[in-house]
Amino acid sequence: MGTTASQLDKGMLSEYQELTFLTKQEILLAYKRFSELLPKEETNGLSYRIPMNAILELPELKTNPFNKRICMVFSTSDSHDGSLSFDDFLDLLSAFSDSATLEIKSHYAFRIFDFDDDGTLGRQDLEKLVNCLTGGTVDTSLTPEEMKQLIDNILEESDIDKDGTVNLSEFQHVISRSPDFVSSFKIVL
Amino acid sequence: MLHKNSTLSYCLQSTKIHCLLLVFAHTVREFFFYRKEYKLFYQKILLICLFIPFLNESMSFLGDEQFEGGNKEKRHREKRRDGSKDRRKRANAKRRERSRADRENEEFEERLGKREKGRRGRVKNDQEAKKRDEQDSEDKENSEDKEVKPESLSPDELEKLKEAVDEKKKLIQSLRGKPWPMKKKLVTLQETLRIQSHDDQDFENFKTACIPWEMKIKEIESHFGSSVASYFIFLRWMYGINMILFGLTFGLVMVPEALMGRPYGSIPRKTVPRAEEASAMDFAVLWDFGGYAQYSVLFYGFYSNQRAIGWLKFRMPLSYFLVGVGTVAYSYMVVIRTMARNANESGVGDDNSFNFSWKMFTSWDYLIGNPETADNKFASITTCFKEAILEEQESRKDDNIHLTRFLRVLANFLVLCCLAGSGYLIYFVVRRSQKFALDGFENHTWWERNEVNMVMSLLGMFCPMLFDVISTLENYHPRVALQWQLGRIFALFLGNLYTFIIALMDEINVKREEENIVKFNITMWEASLYNGTVSENFTASPITIHPADVPRGPCWETMVGQEFVRLIISDTMTTYITLLIGDFLRAVLVRFLNHCWCWDLEAGFPSYSEFDVSGNVLGLIFNQGMIWMGAFYAPCLPALNVLRLHVSMYLQCWAVMCCNVPQERVFKASGSNNFYMAMLLVILFLSTLPNIYTIVTIPPSFDCGPFSGKNRMFDVIHETLESDFPAWFSKVFSYASNPGLVLPFILLMVLAIYYLQSTSKSYKEANVELKKKLQMVIQIMKIILLLPTTVNNWRNNNASFQGQEGEILLPKSRQLENESYSCLIIQTYCLRRKERVTFFSKKTYDNEVKKKSFPVVFSF
Repeated sequence: MGTTASQLDKGMLSEYQELTFLTKQEILLAYKRFSELLPKEETNGLSYRIPMNAILELPELKTNPFNKRICMVFSTSDSHDGSLSFDDFLDLLSAFSDSATLEIKSHYAFRIFDFDDDGTLGRQDLEKLVNCLTGGTVDTSLTPEEMKQLIDNILEESDIDKDGTVNLSEFQHVISRSPDFVSSFKIVL
Repeated sequence: MLHKNSTLSYCLQSTKIHCLLLVFAHTVREFFFYRKEYKLFYQKILLICLFIPFLNESMSFLGDEQFEGGNKEKRHREKRRDGSKDRRKRANAKRRERSRADRENEEFEERLGKREKGRRGRVKNDQEAKKRDEQDSEDKENSEDKEVKPESLSPDELEKLKEAVDEKKKLIQSLRGKPWPMKKKLVTLQETLRIQSHDDQDFENFKTACIPWEMKIKEIESHFGSSVASYFIFLRWMYGINMILFGLTFGLVMVPEALMGRPYGSIPRKTVPRAEEASAMDFAVLWDFGGYAQYSVLFYGFYSNQRAIGWLKFRMPLSYFLVGVGTVAYSYMVVIRTMARNANESGVGDDNSFNFSWKMFTSWDYLIGNPETADNKFASITTCFKEAILEEQESRKDDNIHLTRFLRVLANFLVLCCLAGSGYLIYFVVRRSQKFALDGFENHTWWERNEVNMVMSLLGMFCPMLFDVISTLENYHPRVALQWQLGRIFALFLGNLYTFIIALMDEINVKREEENIVKFNITMWEASLYNGTVSENFTASPITIHPADVPRGPCWETMVGQEFVRLIISDTMTTYITLLIGDFLRAVLVRFLNHCWCWDLEAGFPSYSEFDVSGNVLGLIFNQGMIWMGAFYAPCLPALNVLRLHVSMYLQCWAVMCCNVPQERVFKASGSNNFYMAMLLVILFLSTLPNIYTIVTIPPSFDCGPFSGKNRMFDVIHETLESDFPAWFSKVFSYASNPGLVLPFILLMVLAIYYLQSTSKSYKEANVELKKKLQMVIQIMKIILLLPTTVNNWRNNNASFQGQEGEILLPKSRQLENESYSCLIIQTYCLRRKERVTFFSKKTYDNEVKKKSFPVVFSF
């Protein structure tokens, strides 16, 4: 780690530590992994934005069906291309860390599932979500009737105000009762 | 310059000491001022402990500068030395020259003086330059600080920081406004500031670094998902418990006896008998825990019944008894506490109202980083969705219900046959081994000697496979099938263990009869010895017989301990060997023979093995049960188990990563956690039962172990109470253990449990009620929100509404069963707007209308 870690000085490390749910070792590891993705001629690693395609090559994210959404949600880039700076990268890892609170996790989960970024989970969002979860291939996907039945059931359960969509507070209400959301909504480098 | 440097280093040193002293003095002062808040004091001490490494770190950071300063100083010294050399040379030259010509003298001295001046000037320049350098470097650092930090922080983070600073300011302001004494204000301020300080971070870092195998487990977690990792977390938890059990037995039983007790060979129970001496060091004997291993601190029989040993007057028998009780009590406490915590964590999610939503929103395991696992997960989620839909539609046809029923009954019958067969086999084998033991083990082959353990291990290995085959007959839902499978394996292991114990009990009885005969023989032997010596000489000198020659009884406690140790060893061996053959060898064969085989080995029949989480957890649980059962008679068992768990941690981590494929059906970790814990609790209870039985009913052997000579093992408590405690204490104790006091106490506890259970039930009911009310309120809110627009629409449509009556149909929902609530609310709403509302009675509307809408009639 020697040479790469030296760029991340003590003060910044402790600041990052205060602002995220990560430990010192995790931040250093994240920095190492991040600087491996940097192009060689790039010297100022902290402000460089790594394009989405490079991020998706990380084995931790490669198999995740929501990997593109995750990049889009955590990217603060102005052009909405899903590229991540080191700060964004740390934000991502912090939200997916062991010690992140349920509130943070459910907030980001909601934004990840909200495919059209309109602030609610509508029928289209849910349909895309189901397709992501079933792998998106022909032999595993559900028939239209099954899909309709499934989404009707979900809306019946979690759409408390019956407006045909699931909003953030409804989503958090559902998630907060789930026994294994916190343990499975994790990404470890 | 030199002076400056030394003061600098001195200052640094003294600041270090000073800091420590300051913190210490501060804490001491605080301690005396606020004795009540002793907690704070401990925290401060902890802080000091944390400060020391931190200070050292910062010192090393400062030390670099100091070191550089030292270099400069060295350079200066060298320069000076050079200068003095110059001077000496010149002085020599001067002398020589003086002899030649005195004229040049003055000139030379002048020159020398100039040089001296020049040198001084150079030094000054150096100093200034150094100062400049220092300033520059400081400036650079400052500028770096100024430049780097804002750049690296995103605006969000900056805002957060600002908020934190603002909060601190607000806190100080609010503190200023509080009518508290200064001291209290200071303490609160320090506390709140300390929460946000770096020391917490350091402590957290330290804590995470202390958790063993964290990285290994995380690596597995990222490959195989959380369910496989849950096994390893369970294994680590088990390791922790065993470490504590080991610490207790090792520190309070084995070490005191080994250090302070009588040495080996001093009394008969600590000596290998003459008949066994020849083979006592043979490896085969030691491997069976006979010979020297049997007559050592590893087993019950070695401990002497001296009340107090060594210069510490350590009460050995009492300690032995209390450690035995304490390990069990500690295990109960830990298991129950963990269960309660798990129940708290998962207790919220036991209602089934969000079945579909959970499947949708929380079924993906984000830890999965392996493509194969991901594919399996996709498939399992899809089937899960489909099954759920099918169940919801209730279109599942059970066309051939009679056949399924028949098959299920048949399967259970077969399983019962298996269980009975394995139980009988074990009983038979144990009885046979007793026969061999009577003959002497030397006359038999290795197999015959180790038959019991081998048969038990083999049964534990093959019966689950058999059950797996049988369960395909039943055609259950996979989750139900898994539960059945686990239940059957549990029953098998339990049955085997209990048959083993019953057989052991038989053996204990045999040994005790043998003991009676030996006792009689010993009295005869002693009498003959006495008579013999009397006849030889009349001096009453004490008879000295080597302890190895003294006849002794069969020590049944040691025998039980040995049996358990052998069982654990053979169990461990089978586990490791199946791991190596079943997983590693299979993986190697599949991998390398695949190139030259008729069919695809990787995808087809043998393929790679899956990691069987439930089977492994069950194995671990049963192993622990055996430890709990045997630990009283063999104090070495926890140590053995620690070793075993340590090795299996590394071995299984390696095996999982190199030769297992992810499971096809990935089960969630959280659901089964408490299931395993419950099994552990059952095992713990069942393994303490035989122990308690033997302790309470069977008198200990007369010539071995810490309780020899007593009628029952627990008499040691009685003895201690009588001789080591004042008389009133034993009186109090005897009153307290009086049934008249104990029974009401138990009754009180039962009542408390009943009360707590009923309150928790009522809370649950209240929860359900509140949920219903919440839904209703939301519906009513919707109606209210809709009402103004509906009324306005109605008004627009009916221009001459004055004095008229009309009706508005509001959407009616399924949840809104109690209509009067909403009517009331609508009425109040309209009253506030000075509009009178009347309602139709329900009966006036036919059912068709009612189903779709909710009638409200206005009249203005």
